[in-house]
Amino acid sequence: MFPRRITSSREEIPLSLLSLHALSRPGLDPVTLSVEPGQRISISGESGSGKTLLLRAIADLDPHAGELRLEGVPSQDMAATRWRAQVCYVPSESQWWDERVADHFSAPAQELLQALGFPVEVSEWAVRRLSSGERQRLAMARALALRPRVLLLDEPTANLDPGNTERVERLVCDYCKKQNAAVLWVSHDPEQRRRLAQRHWVIEAGRVREVALEAAA
Amino acid sequence: MIHLSNLDLAIAALLVLALAFFAGRHHGPLGKQILIAGIRTTIQLLLIGLVLKALFADARLGWVLLMALVMLLVAGYEVRARQHRRFVGAWSYGIGSLSMFLSSFTVTFFALWVVIGTDPWYQPQYAIPLLGMLLGNTMNGVSIAMDRLNQSAWEQRERIEARLMLGHSARDAISHLRQQAVRSGLIPIINAMTAAGIVSLPGMMTGQILAGAPPVEAVKYQILIMFLIAVGTGLGTLGAVSISCRRLFDERQRLRLDRLTEGH
Repeated sequence: MFPRRITSSREEIPLSLLSLHALSRPGLDPVTLSVEPGQRISISGESGSGKTLLLRAIADLDPHAGELRLEGVPSQDMAATRWRAQVCYVPSESQWWDERVADHFSAPAQELLQALGFPVEVSEWAVRRLSSGERQRLAMARALALRPRVLLLDEPTANLDPGNTERVERLVCDYCKKQNAAVLWVSHDPEQRRRLAQRHWVIEAGRVREVALEAAA
Repeated sequence: MIHLSNLDLAIAALLVLALAFFAGRHHGPLGKQILIAGIRTTIQLLLIGLVLKALFADARLGWVLLMALVMLLVAGYEVRARQHRRFVGAWSYGIGSLSMFLSSFTVTFFALWVVIGTDPWYQPQYAIPLLGMLLGNTMNGVSIAMDRLNQSAWEQRERIEARLMLGHSARDAISHLRQQAVRSGLIPIINAMTAAGIVSLPGMMTGQILAGAPPVEAVKYQILIMFLIAVGTGLGTLGAVSISCRRLFDERQRLRLDRLTEGH
């Protein structure tokens, strides 16, 4: 199903889609893990355990120790802007800085918007009139429009009703399949994890460990 | 020029005392602040009067440069003190001082050398008051702009980072705050230029006229000073905001609010 793993002759590190080598920062113990193309990984942990710290470190938004690689290329060798567009973090609370919805998109997203249940004219909508659920779905479309290789989603359906939650889940799964992209999805809902995830990470007091999906559910 | 006696100054001081008394009765600590400010004004101006008197009598380049350095150091301290959120370490002092040095000193030197054409160029009667006016105004612009930038970055952290998350550069992510900060720093001088001669008569021109200078000559000097102040404030503010914006991000274009600390 996934591309065959190949090994870099120079440093003998397997070329995963995303790899974390002793990644650490204050509040997060060193973690070494790799993510393959197309994989959907759920993450759970108590509030304050370090889930957001982990995602922010992977998105290179905070200083950290250790190494991050995307398809074998260290984050340091890639422009920060390119890294963040390729390893795109969508926080639980979306932010908006201009008046119109369209002003926040840097790439066309008509298909994505329709798949999330928005009419064609949504681009002209005023941001201040959006509900929290609409903002959350639009933030997802805004991120996917960048065609990232890895999606880091921090409770992306927390403000959504069941119908829209299903839409978002389906869109992300289809995206990962078509683009061979991976997703790290923070979710507190065991049912959602069972629907979505192929692997599961648990974070406890800054320690990340992989557990069997059955145990997580 | 009509000579002012000590009694004349004492009468003016009585007015300030009356203001401090009424302000103190109705607004608590404001009265004390007015009193302290009045005392500081008197002492500082008397001291600078004595210093200028000595400097004019012995107009050596070394003394003029020393005086200019002291003025710059005090202005740098003031810029630092006026920021609610300032950079950690020497940066809080360095950014303001460097930008004021580059702008005020360059513009003053240009005015003395090219426009006024004093001989020698550092003639203290011209150099010190000119530099003082430029530094004073640039200091206001720089401190307002830096305070606005740092405070806005602190308050709008999520918005700035939301743009970084979408692959925007640090420059783009903070561009709107940068514009607002520069605008805040330049508004006082723009307002002063707009209102000059209609709403208010600028202090320097008024002083010259009171001292007996011909009004048209005083106006010419005032226009020159206004233009120089605008350029000095503009350059200083742009420089300070530009360096501050760089300092707010690291080499990986991460927003580094840990580089800010709360002032007293």
